[in-house]
Amino acid sequence: MELDLVLLSRAQFALTVMFHYLFPPLSIGLGLIMVVLEGLALRTGDMRWEVMARFWTRIFAVNFAVGVASGIVMEFQFGTNWATYSRFVGDVFGSALAAEGIFAFFLESGFLAVLVFGWDRVSPRMHFFATLMVFLGSCFSSVWIVVANSWQQTPAGHHIVVHDGIARAEIVDFWAMVLNPSAPHRLAHVLLGAFILGAFFVMSISAWYVLHRRHDVVARRSFVVALVVAASMSWAMLLSGHGQAQMVAEHQPAKLAAFEGHFATGTDGTGLYLFGWPDAEARRVHYGVEIPNLLSVLVHGDPDRPVTGLDAIPPDEHPPLVVPFLTYHVMIALGMAFIGLTTLALYFWWRGRLFDQRWLMWTFVFAVPGPYIANQAGWVAAEVGRQPWVVYGLLRTSDAVSRSVPEEHVVFSIAMFSLLYLALFALWLFVINEKVRHGPGPLPEHGRDHDLLQDAVEATRRRGAEGL
Amino acid sequence: MDLNLLWFGLLGVLLAGYAVLDGFDLGVGILHPFIRGDRERRLAINAIGPLWDGNEVWLVTFGGALFAAFPEVYATLLSGFYIPVMVILAGLIGRAISLEFRSKVTSPRWRAYWDASFFLSSFVVTAVFGLALGNVVRGVPIGSDHEFAGSLRDLLHPFAFAVAALAVAGAAMHGSIYLYLKTEGALQERVRPWMTWTFAAFAVLFVAVTVFAVATIPHATANFERWPLAWLVVVLNVLAIANVPRAIHRRRPGYAFVSSSCTIVALVFTAAMALFPNLALSTLDPAWSIDIYEGSSSQPTLRLMAIIAAIGMPLVCAYTAIVYWVFRGKVQLDEHSY
Repeated sequence: MELDLVLLSRAQFALTVMFHYLFPPLSIGLGLIMVVLEGLALRTGDMRWEVMARFWTRIFAVNFAVGVASGIVMEFQFGTNWATYSRFVGDVFGSALAAEGIFAFFLESGFLAVLVFGWDRVSPRMHFFATLMVFLGSCFSSVWIVVANSWQQTPAGHHIVVHDGIARAEIVDFWAMVLNPSAPHRLAHVLLGAFILGAFFVMSISAWYVLHRRHDVVARRSFVVALVVAASMSWAMLLSGHGQAQMVAEHQPAKLAAFEGHFATGTDGTGLYLFGWPDAEARRVHYGVEIPNLLSVLVHGDPDRPVTGLDAIPPDEHPPLVVPFLTYHVMIALGMAFIGLTTLALYFWWRGRLFDQRWLMWTFVFAVPGPYIANQAGWVAAEVGRQPWVVYGLLRTSDAVSRSVPEEHVVFSIAMFSLLYLALFALWLFVINEKVRHGPGPLPEHGRDHDLLQDAVEATRRRGAEGL
Repeated sequence: MDLNLLWFGLLGVLLAGYAVLDGFDLGVGILHPFIRGDRERRLAINAIGPLWDGNEVWLVTFGGALFAAFPEVYATLLSGFYIPVMVILAGLIGRAISLEFRSKVTSPRWRAYWDASFFLSSFVVTAVFGLALGNVVRGVPIGSDHEFAGSLRDLLHPFAFAVAALAVAGAAMHGSIYLYLKTEGALQERVRPWMTWTFAAFAVLFVAVTVFAVATIPHATANFERWPLAWLVVVLNVLAIANVPRAIHRRRPGYAFVSSSCTIVALVFTAAMALFPNLALSTLDPAWSIDIYEGSSSQPTLRLMAIIAAIGMPLVCAYTAIVYWVFRGKVQLDEHSY
C-alpha cells in the first residue's frame, strides 16, 4: 500500500487532538462547578458544600492529569509533523501559544498543587483562591488556543512576507489578530460547550447516587447546581450557535455550504436540512428533510435572499461534504436535546418533584456522552469544513506537512500514541469509576457543628490512610 | 536592543529552569528502583508529588517560546528529531500515568508495575533529552532548504550518547540531593551514599564530555576564545561541582542543592555558548546553519513576546514560589498523598 504523508499526518493530528480534547472541557466545566460549590461553602459556612467540593476536586485532579499528559504532545507536534505550517504561521500562531504557556499553564499547574494537596495546609480562603485560579487558568488556556485556531479560520492582522523565496505570515496588528472575526464567537462557543459538558458530568454521577440512595444530600445539591448551569448554558448556546453560523456564512461560505449540504445558490430563499446524506457526485442531499427558506431567514433574516452555495466556490476549494454535514447536524441535534432535557428537569425541580422522576434521573445518568460527542463533532465540523486549507485561503493542508519526515515514522508515532492513549483512557475510566464508587466523604450531621466536622475529617483521614 | 539576542537568552533561561526543576523529579524517578518498600517509595514520590506537574510546564513554555521566537528552528529540529521527540513525549505521558495511577490500587503487583514504568519513563526521558542536546551542540545534517537531511542513524553519535549519560547522572545527583533534603530518618540515611555515587559518576562524565567536546567539536570553544570572560562561568561551574561533595560532607544539603542547580544552569550556558549565534548547526555546510537572525520571527513579534514575557515571568516566579512555599519542609504522607 502506498503511504500518503499528508493523510498520515492528518490522521495523527486527528488522533492526538481529539483524544486530548476529551479532557480539557471537563476540567473547565468541572472547575466552574467547584468554584460555585467552594464559594457557597465560604459564604454560608455550611460545610456540606465543602464535602462536595472536595469530592469533585478528586475527580478533577485525575482528569486534569490526563489532560496535561495528553496535552504536552500538542505543543510539539506542530514542529514534528507540520514543519512547513510551523514556518508559515510561527510568527502569528507561536505568540499565542507562548502566551498560553506563560499566562495559563503556569497558573493552572501551580495552583493545582494547592487545590489538590493543600486542603489542610492553607486557609479555606486561600484554597478558594487556588480553585478560582485553576479555573481561570483553564479558561485563559482556551482563550489563546481558540484565538490561534480562529486565526487559521479567519486570518486577520497579518501580512505575507517572502524570505528567500519562502512566504510566511507576520503580525502587523496584534489586537486585530487576537480579535479576528471568528475568535470571539468561537471562544464563547467553546467555553459554553465545556460548561455544559462539566455540568452533565456532575449530573450523571449525582443522578446515579440519587437513584441508588447514596450520598443523598451531596448528590441532590450537586445535581441542582449543575442543572442550573447546564440549563442556562444550553440556552446561551442556542444564541452562540446562531451567531456563529452567521459568522461562518459571512467569512467561510464554502464551509457553511458544506455544513448545510447546499449546492446551488439559486435566486430565491435557501432551505435548511434537518437531516440527510450529502452526495458530492450527484450534487444533492439524499433522504433529506428540508424546511424551505429557513437557512435564508437564519443567515440573512430575509426568507428570499439566497445563501451562497458550493457552485459559487472554485471546485479545488471545496471541502469534503459528508463529514462536516453529519458532524454539524449531530452537534445541533444534541444541542437541542440538551435544551429540552434541562428545561424539563428545571420544570420538575420548580414543582418540587425532580428527584421522584426516576426515568429522568436514569436519562441523566446516560446523557453524559452527549456533550462529549457534541464537543468533538463541533471541532470536527470546524476543522474538516476548513479543508482544503490549513490556514483559510493562505496555506493548503497538503503543503503544510514536514517534508523531511519519512512516512514510516508517522506510522510509528500513530501506533505508539494509539497504544498509549488506549491505556490512558482505560486507566482514566478505571480511576474515575473507583472515585465514584468510593464516593464523597461523610457529612457533618449539622452543617455548622465544628466538632462533628472535625470528627468526620478525622474519620476520612484514617480511612484514607488505611486505604492507601 | 537586540531582540533576537534577548530571546536566545530567554530560551536559555526557560531551558535552564526546566532542567533545574524537572531535573530533580526526573532524578527521583531514576533512583526509584533503589528505594525499598512501599512506604519509602511513597515518601519519595510525594516529595515531588505536588511539584512535578508545574515543573513540566517549563518545558511546554520552552516549546511555545521556541515556536514563537524561532519558528524555523522549531520546525527544522523537531521534524528532524522526529523519533526522539516522540519517545520523549511517550516517556512524559508514561511518567504522568505512573505517578497518578500507582497510588490508586494497593495490590503489590499493580504498584510494582507502575514503579517499573515510573523508573523507565524517567530514565528514557532524561537520556533522550541528553541525546537531543548533544546533537544540537554537535550539529546535524541540515540542507540548504533548512530541512533536516539526515536519518535517525545520524543522531546516534557517540558524543550524543556521552551527553545522554551525563544527563542521567546529573539528574540522579540532583534528585538524590533533593530527596535528602525532603526526607528524614532511615530513608534519609539510605539516600546519603547515593549522593556520593551519583556525584562521582557525574564528575567523571563531566570531564569526559568536556574533553570529547574540546577535542572533536571545533566550534564548541570558538566563542570562549572570542569572549574570554565566558571562562568565568566554566570556572564557577567547576567550583559549584566541587562544592557538592563538600556540602554533602558537612551535612548542608541545601548548599549541595544550590550547587547542583548552579551546575545545571552553567551547563545550559556552556551549551548555549557552544552554539551561539546559531541555533541549528548544519554539519553539511556551515552556511546552511540557522542562526538567531535567520531563524527568528519578525521584530514586532519578538517585541510583543518580550512584553508578554515581562508581564508573565514575574507572575510565573511568584506562583512557583507560592507553591514551593506551601509544600516546604519534610515530606509527610496524608490523605491527599499519592
